[in-house]
Amino acid sequence: MGKPKVAFYWCASCGGCEEAVVDLAEDILTVVDAVDIVFWPVAMDFKKKDVQAMDDGAIAVSFINGAVRTDEQVEMVELLRKKSGLVVAFGACAHIGGIPGLANFSNSKEILNTLYRDLDTVDNKEGVIPQTRTKVKSGEVTLPRFHNTVKTLDQVIDVDYYLPGCAPPPDLIMGAINAILKGELPPKGSVLAPEKSLCDSCRLNKTKPEKLTMKEIKRPHEIKIDPDLCFLAQGLICLGPATRSGCGERCINANMPCRGCFGPVGNVVDHGAKILSSIASILGMENEEAVTEEEVDILLDGIVDPGGLFYMYSLPSSLLKRKKSD
Amino acid sequence: MKKDPKIIVFCCNWCSYAGADNAGVAKVQIKPHFRIIRTMCSSRIDPELIIEAFKKGAWGVLVLGCHPGDCHYKNGNYKTLRKVKLLKRMLAQFGIEDDRLRLDWVSSNEGEKFGKVVNKMIDDIEKLGPLDLSYAETEVE
Amino acid sequence: MRIGVYVCHCGGNISEVVDINKVVEAAKLEGDVVLVKDNSHLCSNDGQTLMLNDIKEYKLDKVVVSACSPQFQGLTFMRVMETAGLNPYVLEMANIREQCSWAHYNFPKEATDKAIDLTKIAISKVRLDTPLDSKKMPIGKRVLVVGAGIAGIQASLDLGDAGFKVYLVEKEPSIGGHMAQLSKTFPTEDCSACILSPKMSDVPANKNIELMTYSQVESITGYLGNYEVTVNKRPTYVDPVKCTACGDCVPVCPIDVPDEYNEGLSLRKAIYITSDIAVPHSYVLDTDHCLGLFPLACSKCRDACEADAINYDLYPEKVKFTVDTIIIATGFDIFDAKKKPMFGFGKFENVYNALEMERIIGCEAEGKKLAEVGKKIALIQCVGSRDEQINREYCSRVCCMYATKLAQLMKRSDPKKDISIFYTDMRTYGKGFEEYYKRAQKSGVKYIRGRVAEIEENPDTKKLKLKVEDTLSRSFIESEFDTVVLSVGLEPNKGTETIRDILRISKSSDGFLQEAHPKFRPVDTLIEGVFLAGTVQGPKDIPDAVAQASAAAARAIRLMNQGEYEAEPITAWVDEDICAGCGICVGICPYDAITSEEQSDGTRLAVVNEILCKGCGSCSGACPTGASQQKWFDITQLRAMLEAAL
Repeated sequence: MGKPKVAFYWCASCGGCEEAVVDLAEDILTVVDAVDIVFWPVAMDFKKKDVQAMDDGAIAVSFINGAVRTDEQVEMVELLRKKSGLVVAFGACAHIGGIPGLANFSNSKEILNTLYRDLDTVDNKEGVIPQTRTKVKSGEVTLPRFHNTVKTLDQVIDVDYYLPGCAPPPDLIMGAINAILKGELPPKGSVLAPEKSLCDSCRLNKTKPEKLTMKEIKRPHEIKIDPDLCFLAQGLICLGPATRSGCGERCINANMPCRGCFGPVGNVVDHGAKILSSIASILGMENEEAVTEEEVDILLDGIVDPGGLFYMYSLPSSLLKRKKSD
Repeated sequence: MKKDPKIIVFCCNWCSYAGADNAGVAKVQIKPHFRIIRTMCSSRIDPELIIEAFKKGAWGVLVLGCHPGDCHYKNGNYKTLRKVKLLKRMLAQFGIEDDRLRLDWVSSNEGEKFGKVVNKMIDDIEKLGPLDLSYAETEVE
Repeated sequence: MRIGVYVCHCGGNISEVVDINKVVEAAKLEGDVVLVKDNSHLCSNDGQTLMLNDIKEYKLDKVVVSACSPQFQGLTFMRVMETAGLNPYVLEMANIREQCSWAHYNFPKEATDKAIDLTKIAISKVRLDTPLDSKKMPIGKRVLVVGAGIAGIQASLDLGDAGFKVYLVEKEPSIGGHMAQLSKTFPTEDCSACILSPKMSDVPANKNIELMTYSQVESITGYLGNYEVTVNKRPTYVDPVKCTACGDCVPVCPIDVPDEYNEGLSLRKAIYITSDIAVPHSYVLDTDHCLGLFPLACSKCRDACEADAINYDLYPEKVKFTVDTIIIATGFDIFDAKKKPMFGFGKFENVYNALEMERIIGCEAEGKKLAEVGKKIALIQCVGSRDEQINREYCSRVCCMYATKLAQLMKRSDPKKDISIFYTDMRTYGKGFEEYYKRAQKSGVKYIRGRVAEIEENPDTKKLKLKVEDTLSRSFIESEFDTVVLSVGLEPNKGTETIRDILRISKSSDGFLQEAHPKFRPVDTLIEGVFLAGTVQGPKDIPDAVAQASAAAARAIRLMNQGEYEAEPITAWVDEDICAGCGICVGICPYDAITSEEQSDGTRLAVVNEILCKGCGSCSGACPTGASQQKWFDITQLRAMLEAAL
């Protein structure tokens, strides 16, 4: 019996997840020894037809990163689903929508018009907007349809496991690969990361005051951040309390609050709504009896873009998923 | 067929639920298109649950707590105030009309007010119609 | 799971609007429901027996009662559950009376639909209900009584006599409250001081009562069975043990101050005794008016005191103690008639409020004399009562009768006095009131129905001209009087606000403190172990205040006498597998019931103290991970209820 076959694929993503695989450093050699990579567009020259030629279920596991918003992405992930035993949503975008998911506060028309027509740097006098089909001299050329809504991978195909993070850290990737190789996998649908939120492992958790309150909201560029004090206690919104740990506090250690790329924990279905609840509860809590409604409004003005902040990574996986179309 | 509106009213046990009972006892006539979910304190309600109500088909959500200073649990209603205010700002970003989520204070003896607040909510929501969230599930260009 | 559903007709209250059969049929279709019955009066003995037998016969393990509000009969059905050997928290009530048949009697079809939905909501919740256990908590026999007017005195004496330890705190130097200022009481015309003063003396004589006068409650923390109280005790600068009440200190004092006890009609000194019947019967040095507590400023009183009872070197003292229950009896203030400027109170010499007239009648020796008020006297009713213009819609209940009493007493002092009472409606609801009113009419007191629009003072004679429409004879009256007495209403005592803030007791719309239930819990508050006595709850006369005080004492004894009570079983709990110890809930808890505790591996965990937790669920509402959950209101239950509601 040959080595298990593995595929990597990317959808709407930045490429960072591909980079994360390379970041495995010498561990990549172990992986390459143990498996047979049969499809990896960013690094290896296999074509779609090669995948189509495989038997259904021939690929042991496909690691798919990126969110889904074009016809081509749908076609490819459906194909990989058919050909794979396991599908792992790799990274925040495939898992919960990620940064591309913020586009759900807009729509395809707005995005195409802005990008191809309205921006000051665009030189497009005829106002041509990309079309799925365009007649040219030699015939017709096609482009994949650009969807109105960004979706997570599991909103398009069945997903077996999730590797969270932007990008997933090497230790979690290796842990997942080893678990697959050894066949020691948790129940289907599991997120392959710790069950607790970031505060559990955060070194700043113990620096919190006994009663955690936020007098007012500060944004990271507005203050000199104390690297040794919980960011919430400094008035900075940190999504750590609501966000799954396992990232190694990369942002915290770089003196930046958590932005939630690992997604929610527990029985939370809406990451953004949950952290909103926590922040609103502790904001202006000291002497709250004396705070007028007008003062509450002023306090809340400190959160300039609540949707963008609380759903920075999780908008497509939220309950509302996107802005209502007009 | 014209559909009846569906309003979820979250009531706290001590003030607003007792106020709703007071409305009943006083036979204050209220439009019937609302369902009360009772919790001990309005602060138990979190934005996730409110969004779930919309998601499950509520046309509107009304959160009713004790008047400021009257919270049975000292200060739960102040948290409710901030949570609902912030959630309303966020719902606006999702294009959800401001009138669909409302917060008010009703004390246990304010049956009249309970009726007024609920009737007004139902009237306003009837004008807006159902909150159709299917757009997020279906592909619309 | 075997759920039984009971739908109550409430003797027509529900069934006349809601189609009970439809509710029954709909409930039968719900999963896990094995039995659905309807009954005309489920809360009756028969109804309860029916439920008890069914639970046994059909082996029901959960029950839904579709009837009235859980706040109305919830406890009744919870007791049925216990009798049947089931946990009271696997019972849910669907409120199809207050919320359906009553609120929507004009919409029977919709009310029925709603009753079905509410029943389904209750079924969906009960499915996920798990038995809750109440912890038994020890409770002692210590009570704080705030305010020592007649209500506070009565409650304290009842409790003290029953063997309970009472801490009675009064902000004034003497106990007795407003009753000590009254001339006589209606309708019996007992001398107020004569019937009150023995009760006042009983207070220090009762070995179970610790009296703290000139003192105010500063803070109360804790919970039923463990309220920690801090009282700020002002020094009187006069040692009550040494003081012989000889009064030698008084004439030497150079300061004159309006005497509060006499409503400012006479003067007192900065060192004084509040009244002849003061308890404790000792002098007080009023530092707000004294020239200064050091010999250079003035030490005349200390020099004059042969008993050497005066000591300037004293400071306010903080007294701390723990009690199990609390009775609030902070009483009332009279309405400030200056807020109705058309009556000229405080401006016209011969306009008095009723309490001043009480003093004039009760205390002829000092200040203004009854003989000096003239022959023609008018009493104006409802000053500060039943007046929407000044946001006082309520009736003060006592003014009709005290005005009648004042008129009677004045008439008796001089039958030639011509006394008119201008009233809105005469309210003579109490025992002996109507008879008393009739007697007053027979004695020649004129009752004129009409609200006085304005009073004008003749600048020379100081006589007062009243303009009023007699609404019975439909005639316009303009008449001159020597004296006008304003029958001022009762309003919440300013001191009540402090205690209200400390304990967070609700106010009703009239500003008085709110009872837990207007009919069945008239002296309870919604705060466990805190009761109301007297006018703090609303205007009332002396017998009502006394009755309520005894009721409050009995309600407090009911809680304390068992030696233990069942703590609130609805508390928060933390799923340790999820909680990351972020600490958000710790600060949010209004009862400091949650602590963030460091574990052996250095991580943190929120830990709930179930005794301190009152079960509000604020922590669960703010928890960013769902680790914090509230028993009986688990997120899965709230979701299931929403699902069933929509």
